[in-house]
Amino acid sequence: MTVTDGIRSDQRGLAEPGQAEFVAGPWQDSINLRDFIQRNYTPYTGDASFLEGATERTTGIWAKLSAMFPVEREKGVYDIDATTPSSITAHKPGYIDKDNEVIVGLQTDAPLKRAIMPFGGWRMVATSLETYGYPVSPELETIFTDYRKTHNTAVFDVYPPGVRRARSSHLITGLPDAYGRGRIIGDYRRVALYGIDALVAGKKNDRAELDMEPSTEDIIRAREENSEQIRALKELAQMAASYGSDITKPATTAREAVQWLYFAYLGAVKEQNGAAMSFGRNAAFLDAFIERDLKAGTLTESGAQELIDDLVIKLRIVRFLRTPEYDEIFAGDPTWVTESLAGIGEDGRPLVTKTAFRFLQTLYNVGPAPEPNLTVLWSDKLPEGFKRFCAQVSIDTSAIQYESDDLIRNEMGDDAAIACCVSPMRVGKQMQFFGARVNAVKALLYSINGGKDEVSGKQIAPATAPNTDEILDYETVFPAYLETLEWLAETYVTALNCIHYMHDKYAYERLEMALHDKEIIRTLACGIAGLSVVADSLSAIKYATVRPVRDETGLVVDYTVEGEFPTFGNDDDRVDVIAVDVMERFMTMIRKHPTYRDAIHTQSILTITSNVVYGKATGNTPDGRRKGEPFAPGANPMNGRDTHGMLASALSVAKLPYSEAQDGISLTNTVVPSGLGHTKDEQITSLVGLLDAFTSATGYHLNVNVLNKETLEDAMLHPENYPQLTIRVSGYAVNFVRLTREQQMDVISRTFHSH
Amino acid sequence: MTAINLGFPSVACPVVELDAHVDLSVDVADGVSALNDADRKAELHTLEMKAIREGTVASVHSWELVTAVDGPGTRMTLFLSGCLLRCQYCHNPDTWKMRDGLVTPIDELTARMKRYLGVFKATNGGLTISGGEPLMQPAFVKRMFAEAHALGVHTTLDTSGYLGKSASDELLDNVDLVLLDVKSGLPETYKKVTGRELAPTIAFGDRLAERNIPVWVRFVLVPGLTDAVENVEAVVDIVTSWPNVQRVEVLPFHQMGEDKWDRLSIPYPLHGVHPPENDLLARVRGQFEARGLTVF
Repeated sequence: MTVTDGIRSDQRGLAEPGQAEFVAGPWQDSINLRDFIQRNYTPYTGDASFLEGATERTTGIWAKLSAMFPVEREKGVYDIDATTPSSITAHKPGYIDKDNEVIVGLQTDAPLKRAIMPFGGWRMVATSLETYGYPVSPELETIFTDYRKTHNTAVFDVYPPGVRRARSSHLITGLPDAYGRGRIIGDYRRVALYGIDALVAGKKNDRAELDMEPSTEDIIRAREENSEQIRALKELAQMAASYGSDITKPATTAREAVQWLYFAYLGAVKEQNGAAMSFGRNAAFLDAFIERDLKAGTLTESGAQELIDDLVIKLRIVRFLRTPEYDEIFAGDPTWVTESLAGIGEDGRPLVTKTAFRFLQTLYNVGPAPEPNLTVLWSDKLPEGFKRFCAQVSIDTSAIQYESDDLIRNEMGDDAAIACCVSPMRVGKQMQFFGARVNAVKALLYSINGGKDEVSGKQIAPATAPNTDEILDYETVFPAYLETLEWLAETYVTALNCIHYMHDKYAYERLEMALHDKEIIRTLACGIAGLSVVADSLSAIKYATVRPVRDETGLVVDYTVEGEFPTFGNDDDRVDVIAVDVMERFMTMIRKHPTYRDAIHTQSILTITSNVVYGKATGNTPDGRRKGEPFAPGANPMNGRDTHGMLASALSVAKLPYSEAQDGISLTNTVVPSGLGHTKDEQITSLVGLLDAFTSATGYHLNVNVLNKETLEDAMLHPENYPQLTIRVSGYAVNFVRLTREQQMDVISRTFHSH
Repeated sequence: MTAINLGFPSVACPVVELDAHVDLSVDVADGVSALNDADRKAELHTLEMKAIREGTVASVHSWELVTAVDGPGTRMTLFLSGCLLRCQYCHNPDTWKMRDGLVTPIDELTARMKRYLGVFKATNGGLTISGGEPLMQPAFVKRMFAEAHALGVHTTLDTSGYLGKSASDELLDNVDLVLLDVKSGLPETYKKVTGRELAPTIAFGDRLAERNIPVWVRFVLVPGLTDAVENVEAVVDIVTSWPNVQRVEVLPFHQMGEDKWDRLSIPYPLHGVHPPENDLLARVRGQFEARGLTVF
């Protein structure tokens, strides 16, 4: 069938005389966004001089919201609708400033009012309401405890004891067993390009195929999911209709394209409180509509910028109701509305469009902000004008992150986007089962203590012979560590299989999955926290003299270190190979265990901000790190131990092979402005060079902060003066003033590279 | 780093050193095996010094990949140990003594440099040799720069110029840029600041001018020590006589080095001195700018 009847030239071209038509192609016969983009986008190789500033309308809307932010910061939430379980259609339309918004739609009926989403778990909802002083509806409590089983309850029904032990001892934490797993990117562009009717027709086709298959468990599940997807698409059309838009047909103008795209995303965030609700890779797609309208004279540059500004304002106020414990792991109320910009196409043309510039320009027009999580897919082959603009924006706002376009494109082509911080996936063709991470440092301590927890003394891992040496010997410690990791890998995959089986069953992302193909790639995204502490600890054992200190029960609770040892983050192969070895081996161990729905095993070296809580739960380590001290974030070297400059630090991290961490390797660096040069021009040149050098050395991800320590210290003292101070932490950005004091101190204690 | 105070914490690294330390006792063990311990130590030292004189090894304080500080782009900067000057504001007094450095063979250093060819290309960077005073080890500097040039790597020498005479013409043939510290313009102030004479620096600057080697001049502004109008004007006079000067960096003094003096138990002469106020900095930069120099 043809899914695009509504946008054939004989219908639309005639209806709107003077408009250049889109270039025809296979995208008209089946859902194929990439084909549409490749045939219709206009690469832009110039500089930023064409950009327009904010209009009064834009500034007015942002001012209205800005006036509400201090209350939100003070109370933790601005408001909550405590009695309406959210769905795509549960809430009436809401506006910030109805007459002036060019793009409309809110999660509830008012800006910053958070919804409850109880299908993930009732406890999270009830705790949040209590925390913020809202009444907990007894009726809803009965429904979601007595009548409707939640994902959270279901997971705990099936966890084996080993998983529970590992979980409660903080060996595995942050698991999405009480909150939405997120990290699924619906291909929201499909709604704009094809309209709901065509998408429903496509899903019905899929269903017809499924109906011909024998009714095995897999097929039955697929049919049920297909029905849910169709239902969600229809609800999405209803929701858009409540705002006065008919999205059953394709978007016909740039404004409609932005609006339809946003409605699709809005439907997802109305229904799913996913940890990361990423946006995809939309700039080149939207640019095709914008360019067409600009050429037709129906849109001005200022009007085009307004569309993107207004869209971005909406993305900035996506909110979820979460508990304080959750905020410890994911600090600063992040939503990871990640938008992936730029990159190079498979045909060598840059996927840089003027709209990629327009997205970055929002950081000037409505000031710096952590969301949307603007992510540049960087390649040294990007046009110079774009590279320089990115570097300039980084220096001015510290709000963007970079990922290696070459690594991602080689693996998954040129229509992949980042979910969350560093997880790449083919848009509409791939999703992941998010798996948080294991505490690789604690595992090392367990292996020395025969499987006992170094803090509680409890037996967590299977009992093995504890290390009884006076001086730790690498040849004894390392094999014991591997044994513990083997057990951990098995326990970890078990936990994730339980979680995702139940998440599919009780909290299925029906709208996001409706915007995927029928056959998709699934990955099981495992992860490691504390890699640099592990590497340094093993390095200390190998190159210095490490004596365990035992308490009266024989438990090793501390270590004394004599002599020098190389530390991760100095481009020193002696220790860097240890980090590489540990991550490669753990990946191999993970791969041994079968996965739910045959997901492909991957892992990330990423902590979000959980490096603080992981550190808090972990005892003294052989590298000299003290009990409770935070780990370094992501794959970062430990604070202050990377002494050979920012690039040497980055080059150590770049040695971690992406092939063994296809869910991403996160590095966050902070450099003081003067460390990049005397003049702005010099600083831009330096940063472009550093990014080129890092990605050319197969570096995967770089968060760049260009900041003075004094700025952060002053912001701690006078938060009211820094409402928009944005800082990149670990794969995402936060408003610095919304971090807890502990997290702020962690950020300040990180290495500030001065040159 | 030739006693330049950049306002940053020191680069010295207590834990991490170059990958493999040279163990001269192995190389030369045969020749000195018959000696007793004290003699053996002395003999080793002699052999080390001989190797340093020949430039096959260097006494190295540390290395770092730096950006936008020690020359253009991102640079591998080698900080050599040893300096004859005793600048009051030195923020790396731990680089004063050559014997405190780690004796490192040139092969190891060139191997590291080769690692960064891609970095140099991406950032238009290169190799900088700093210190300490790199011209304390001129044979090594000459060899290292020749190796760099053979690989097409841009080279920068960061020096006070006090030992300029030690830099042979062959050494200078392979220098693309000199970061030259003119620590004061009046000979008596120079002596007060550094404990040494100003004249060799001027002579070296003149030689660089004759050879038309690009120079970035650095001047550290210390209130009460180097800030006198006449002293600055004298620096300006010297610098304007060199047409090869591309820029002047006026570096405001900071108190970041004091810890190191304390750790080394050397009395710190600038205890309690404050960094220059913005007005003073503007005045001094203005003095350079007034004579047509590009100032940062």
